[in-house]
Amino acid sequence: MKHEAIEKNLGLMIPLIIVAISFGGLVEIVPLFFDKNLTEPVDGLEPLSAMELEGRDIYIREGCHVCHSQMIRPFRWETERYGHYSVSGEHVYEHPFLWGSKRTGPDLARVGERYSDAWHRAHLYNPRDVVPESNMPAFPWLFEDTIDGSITGTKMSALRTVGVPYTDEDIAGAEQAVDGKLEIDAMIAYLQQLGTLLKHKR
Amino acid sequence: MSSFWSGWIILLTVVTIIGTAWLLFANRSRPNDQETTGHVFDGIEEYDNPMPAWWFWMFVITIIFGIGYLVVYPGLGNYKGTLGWTEIGQYEAEVAKANSEYGPIYQKYAAMSLEDVAKDEKAMRMAGRLFSDNCAQCHGSDARGSRGYPNLADGDWIWGGGAGQIKTSINNGRQGTMPSWLPALKEQGVDEVSEYVLSLSGQPADSDMAAAGEKHFQTYCVACHGADGKGNPLMGAPNLTDDIWLYGGKRAQIRTSVNEGRNGVMPAQQESLYPEKIHLLAAYVYSLSN
Ligand code: HEC
Ligand code: HEC
Ligand code: HEC
Repeated sequence: MKHEAIEKNLGLMIPLIIVAISFGGLVEIVPLFFDKNLTEPVDGLEPLSAMELEGRDIYIREGCHVCHSQMIRPFRWETERYGHYSVSGEHVYEHPFLWGSKRTGPDLARVGERYSDAWHRAHLYNPRDVVPESNMPAFPWLFEDTIDGSITGTKMSALRTVGVPYTDEDIAGAEQAVDGKLEIDAMIAYLQQLGTLLKHKR
Repeated sequence: MSSFWSGWIILLTVVTIIGTAWLLFANRSRPNDQETTGHVFDGIEEYDNPMPAWWFWMFVITIIFGIGYLVVYPGLGNYKGTLGWTEIGQYEAEVAKANSEYGPIYQKYAAMSLEDVAKDEKAMRMAGRLFSDNCAQCHGSDARGSRGYPNLADGDWIWGGGAGQIKTSINNGRQGTMPSWLPALKEQGVDEVSEYVLSLSGQPADSDMAAAGEKHFQTYCVACHGADGKGNPLMGAPNLTDDIWLYGGKRAQIRTSVNEGRNGVMPAQQESLYPEKIHLLAAYVYSLSN
């Protein structure tokens, strides 16, 4: 074929490039959207409550995911320390995922119920109060700033449009459930439920 | 995966492989009739040379490797590959291998008494690692604790320092619960009884207030802390006379303890750790002060 015919005709070159580069995605990504093993929630999975959802947004705002992954890989040295490896059914209501790939601190996929609320409070106020060697930043403002609940319901309806089964009551009650609450309480509510559905002895 | 999507993956993959191979071979030699691509820019022409041989053969090897990979490993839809490899299968083999290697070591220690395990140097090295992974966050990497998290190395115990008591603390967890005394004692009563608690551990205290505080103490506090203030391990009420403090022994800290109450939580470990590991951990904690 003449190179010129394609190279001098953008209208032809663009569709051909798109076809050429889409094969990988068509084969590796598209079928996953329809794979039941990956899209079915694990037993007992509930959408995050209003408090937990706000906690998650604070987690993202503060960049916790930059230092902490939430993905236990199926390797023995990971499950020995963190517990059962992560499965996709645990994350089907998460948009976007916070799996991460950088571990400055430990993985948090199963940190729920591992420490007491009091420990989390002390640790987030100043990590060095409980872990003297820690280089995690302190987050003291979480103890003063309160949550503005005016768009919590909107966030939930947005999530509902992408498949998170929030009920109308959830959405209606969201503002009242979080408005004026301290950010630290939302954060701890979020942390304490992480990964608690799959129990597994280490 | 449904057979539709399996077929989809297989079809696209096979078509892509054949397509790239065709493209590679079709461009192998230069068409006889033209030496250049036909582009002319400012009088500069571009040769249409075939790919160098080393590059061409690298591509061929890649294609052959790809086909070989897809035969032995899962990749083509639902086809499982001749090796039958799975990610979880590999993980489970890894775990089984470790269990057969380390299992007998854990079993050996599990059959020994806590006191004997505590004297075994190798066991204590293993247990030290377990402590770092599971306990150091709260009790400190040296087990010396911090405010609200007891020092496990000082020989002073809230819930009892016998090897068995330590193991119970770890297995079932502990919850030290003391309510706030503000409603019962009011500001002044709290001040007075705090003064008395100060005096119990031999610290300088206002004697008039302490005397008034002693009355409150006998009414409200002895049930848990004992008439002499030496505490009660059954309730996790700390000894207030030894000047070893969980929440600090300064006037203000004692006052906060009494004023707000305290609720120390040691999470139960028996749901999350295997009993053999808890056995080692109990022996380790025991060894720190024995
Ligand atoms: C600069 C990197 C960094 C950031 C940002 C960070 N952490 Fe950490 N985190 C660490 C390190 C390092 C540790 C281990 C030492 C320690 O426990 O403090 C840790 C430990 C933890 C632990 C204890 C985990 C365990 O199993 O021992 C929790 C929970 C935690 N971080 C939560 C958070 C939260 C919530 C945020 C966001 C508000 C956050 N971290 C932000 C670095 C970070
Ligand atoms: C229901 C039992 C109970 C009663 C009654 C009680 N305490 Fe306590 N006290 C505890 C427990 C349990 C703790 C440890 C709390 C923890 O572990 O978080 C504690 C802790 C304390 C501490 C902190 C000790 C330290 O090491 O930091 C002080 C001080 C104290 N109590 C004083 C008092 C005084 C004064 C009274 C009476 C007004 C009183 N307690 C009544 C159970 C009790
Ligand atoms: C979430 C923080 C936390 C973690 C993790 C934790 N502990 Fe504790 N532990 C505590 C607290 C708080 C107490 C004191 C409870 C109280 O207030 O009475 C305690 C008490 C104890 C006691 C009793 C101390 C005494 O004086 O009687 C032992 C023993 C103990 N822990 C061992 C362990 C071991 C071993 C591990 C690791 C498997 C561990 N702890 C993990 C917080 C923790």
